[in-house]
Amino acid sequence: MTQEKELRLMKGNEAVAEAAIRAGADGYFGYPITPQSEILEYLMAAKPYETTGMVVLQAESEVAAINMVYGGAGCGKKVMTTSSSPGISLKQEGISYIAGAELPCLIVNVVRGGPGLGTIQPAQSDYFQAVKGGGHGDYHLIVLAPASVQEMADFVGLGFDLAFKYRNPVMILSDGAIGQMMEKVWLGPYKERSKDVPDWATTGKTPDRERNIITSLHLDSFSEERFNQKLIKKYEEIKSKEVRFEEFNCEDADYVLVAYGTSARVCQKSVQMARAEGLKVGLLRPVTLFPFPSKRISELSTRAKMILSVEMSSGQMVEDVLLAVNGKIPVYHYGRMGGIVTAPDEVVDFLKSKIGG
Amino acid sequence: MTEEMIIAGFGGQGVLSMGKILAYSAVMQDMEVSWMPSYGPEMRGGTANVTVIISSEKISSPILRQFDTAIILNQQSMDKFESSVKPGGLLIYDTNGISRHPERKDIDIYRIDAVEEAGKMNNSRIFNMIVLGGFLKIKPIIKFENVIKGLKESLPPRYHDLIPLNEKALERGMEVVRQI
Repeated sequence: MTQEKELRLMKGNEAVAEAAIRAGADGYFGYPITPQSEILEYLMAAKPYETTGMVVLQAESEVAAINMVYGGAGCGKKVMTTSSSPGISLKQEGISYIAGAELPCLIVNVVRGGPGLGTIQPAQSDYFQAVKGGGHGDYHLIVLAPASVQEMADFVGLGFDLAFKYRNPVMILSDGAIGQMMEKVWLGPYKERSKDVPDWATTGKTPDRERNIITSLHLDSFSEERFNQKLIKKYEEIKSKEVRFEEFNCEDADYVLVAYGTSARVCQKSVQMARAEGLKVGLLRPVTLFPFPSKRISELSTRAKMILSVEMSSGQMVEDVLLAVNGKIPVYHYGRMGGIVTAPDEVVDFLKSKIGG
Repeated sequence: MTEEMIIAGFGGQGVLSMGKILAYSAVMQDMEVSWMPSYGPEMRGGTANVTVIISSEKISSPILRQFDTAIILNQQSMDKFESSVKPGGLLIYDTNGISRHPERKDIDIYRIDAVEEAGKMNNSRIFNMIVLGGFLKIKPIIKFENVIKGLKESLPPRYHDLIPLNEKALERGMEVVRQI
């Protein structure tokens, strides 16, 4: 197996699948749904169970798939599942249990428009679900938002690392555009699957230690509250150490666009177009949606005149932008819905309409 | 150099694969590239399109409303994308099945009778390569040798015996494309 970086032209979905094999994943459990079925198809064709030993299984349903992930994660294995919006909704009970059991795993959502069955076209309308909980109870996922096929690949390895570092489920929040798009991608070398067994994993009691018990059940209220406080402490640590973002032309910006994923790519072009017209526009791209780059947005709002949050939704991330800005300057939202990707010139037109008004 | 283009036509005409070959060819030339297909209900309803961006720099938005070049292969696509060509841009179309020809005066318009030429070459499946040849004649943004390399990368090895035929189709397209 090669140790060099390898250049490929791939769809975002294919990049996730290939990166999972290369990251040394132990298992993938999924169920097909557009626009992310290529992940399962690619893994089935690649047959990693014959090379690295990685299990690839098409479950009978999304509910089965997430519970297979729960089981695999409980054994200390590097396991993952992928789906698109309606399928991710079905997985929410399992995700809440996994968060409650403090288990590491990777979940990829290649978002399509909703609610309900919605459309198979790209959208960013699952922000609330990904960032604010989704399932029941007080918990957070670590949420990574790739804006390129390269990041679809890179965030698989990063996602597993963060999941194991914090014993917390990690979600890659992508969308149909990045899943279906082909770009150049540099793939890292194949990593061996880990032989280490985490000390909390339920792999059979040995005489030298107590039984490991994995559960999300705390019938005693004081015990549940202690556990909630432990989780809060973990989330605070994640917020202080794992915020990731990228800035374009923010140094002198009067107007700051905030956008992630596909919208961030669109907004890069909007920045170029607006700058060509003499408007000082910049872009802040959150790479992690939880933890959110609130501090940086707050700093930018002390010298910018306006912030425009751009998302392919009716306005979800804008609520976190508003909290970060805390009334210092005007904040607006713009974005197309229904599977329509916002065009770069639309963003510039909207921005100009708000500057004028 | 940045070339922002859309290729649009019927599903099954090889629209997506033409874009894919172009994308692979650009990679062979060390260019940045994005290939963004339509994958929605229109795929099932008969029309397909793909946005291909080739650039010497990092690509920002993979989705656009205005293009340097539109390659148009059916009437629905003509209706939808003629107005999306930037002023001074390029429109290439196959006249087969076109009832309303493009009317804009501020862009360069070329026609290529690729369906007819593919018929003469007794292989309807090389239609898309004739069109691609026509495009590369007008805008030689990729070296011919890199297109052949791109073709090899994008075709499964079992089809590699068809590469000489595809090469002929590219050359044929370069010969027959003409300005209106």
